[in-house]
Amino acid sequence: RGNLARVQHILLVLSGKGGVGKSTISTELALALRHTGKKVGILDVDLCGPSIPRMLKVQDRDVHQCDSGWVPVFVDQDKSISLMSIGFLLEKPDDAVVWRGPKKNALIKQFISDVAWGELDFLIVDTPPGTSDEHISTVEALRPYKPFGAVLVTTPQAVSVGDVRRELTFCKKTGLRVLGIIENMSGFVCPHCLECTNIFSKGGGEELAKHSGVPFLGCVPLDPQLTQSLEEGRDFIQEFPKSSAFPALASIAQQILDGTS
Amino acid sequence: MAEVPGDCPGTSSAQAGSATACQGCPNQRLCASGAAAGPDPAIEEIKEKMKSVKHKILVLSGKGGVGKSTFSAHLAHGLAEDETKQIALLDVDICGPSIPKMMGLEGEQVHQSGSGWSPVYVEDNLGVMSVGFLLSSPDDAVIWRGPKKNGMIKQFLRDVDWGEIDYLIVDTPPGTSDEHLSIVQYLSAAHIDGAVIITTPQEVSLQDVRKEISFCHKVKLPIIGVVENMSGFICPKCKNESQIFPPTTGGAEKMCQNLNVPLLGKVPLDPQIGKSCDKGQSFLSEVPNSPATASYRNIIQRIQDYFGLHHSQEEKII
Repeated sequence: RGNLARVQHILLVLSGKGGVGKSTISTELALALRHTGKKVGILDVDLCGPSIPRMLKVQDRDVHQCDSGWVPVFVDQDKSISLMSIGFLLEKPDDAVVWRGPKKNALIKQFISDVAWGELDFLIVDTPPGTSDEHISTVEALRPYKPFGAVLVTTPQAVSVGDVRRELTFCKKTGLRVLGIIENMSGFVCPHCLECTNIFSKGGGEELAKHSGVPFLGCVPLDPQLTQSLEEGRDFIQEFPKSSAFPALASIAQQILDGTS
Repeated sequence: MAEVPGDCPGTSSAQAGSATACQGCPNQRLCASGAAAGPDPAIEEIKEKMKSVKHKILVLSGKGGVGKSTFSAHLAHGLAEDETKQIALLDVDICGPSIPKMMGLEGEQVHQSGSGWSPVYVEDNLGVMSVGFLLSSPDDAVIWRGPKKNGMIKQFLRDVDWGEIDYLIVDTPPGTSDEHLSIVQYLSAAHIDGAVIITTPQEVSLQDVRKEISFCHKVKLPIIGVVENMSGFICPKCKNESQIFPPTTGGAEKMCQNLNVPLLGKVPLDPQIGKSCDKGQSFLSEVPNSPATASYRNIIQRIQDYFGLHHSQEEKII
């Protein structure tokens, strides 16, 4: 089984829609699992728009070669979170990766077979929006390693939920187990008057979960502090345990842990 | 359509017909002969077809979920308010088509006529085309690799009976990949007037948008300007403004200054926008007094000015 031999559980984070928070949820989930003492790897297969290196403030680091392949970038001192992303392979951060499918597929295969992850409790695979080359290739290449399942991220409004319905069909067709749906950006609490406004409506994710018979993992509210901390690459879960988004993220991580035991 | 091998090097590649993936492909001999390496004959056909289209605008963003489709839909609505103009809206987001829902056309189907596919009309002067009209159920996923998506885009450009059009607005998926390369290539002979680039204020989004701008430079696509969406949220109760997606690196304004591209405007977050899109209505006419509407109208005006100006410049050259 090569480089993934000592990886216990592989989780995919998917969404048909872009900008709903796949990378944010992937990062936060990794941090939340780390806080329970797990070793976590993140594989960013969004080749045209990699966001995670910046979120974890490692955008200037390089990957190195070793005998068994690429060494991922370790995010923290005790090496409990490692990351692989195309962001580390670009010469300039603004370089556009203007690639058609076949080139993307080749790199994804390499990412899956040639990264020396070592021992991991979880490998979280963050994907770009859609149901196309990256997704088909990732699922195909991961199939021999029996991924644990997929977490689907949506925002509450109907336009987004519509795209996530299509992603559910993708999971069904490719035989990928759906661990559940997360509704992100649901509700914003005004820091001035504490009034909660549903900027992107409310409840769409939960409704979809009910309608399609998959577990609903929870709502993560909009939190400007979260965006700010991700922008600056700070460890949100360590810094803001009192934020409204924290209980949601911790509970989602716990549900995933419960599912593995 | 035969299944294209996953590792197809592409018909115009130097390895066409000789790569390992080509073994067993029905087109191997054709590709190896080099006959397929020339420019796609469809480019000329599309040029002919596009002679009846005055202006072509691409709506792009490296990042997903920043409001490309919302902007495209409202640009179409805004331009269509002038009843003397014919507007066409083409959705090339093959895997995540949002335009049918936003235009209130969910469940509509395209019809075949002697002169090609007929677009679906919202108003007499506003026609829409999307892969969403070809799916039988909202759960249908289009699980296609690049070559099939490209074939679909080619068909949209060559085989849709648009008629005489003043503005063709093309809404794209996020990224800089197959769909983007294809639309630019297929329209290369027909000439694209320019691209409007959408972003949100935070750096995580801007870093993808910079990539999109470098894509535009690479493929020599003029940039009409950048729109900053979701910039600031005004609480409906206390009227105080919050930065939900904080511009920690100066937002679109700073990026535009650095990269020397025009900023067309900023649109604040308004929960009404999302609601109107979900209901398939035009936000511009539903909530005419919102600051976001004013901002949208201002941006649409600037885009019209861009075409007025460029049009007269072209005439001068001639």
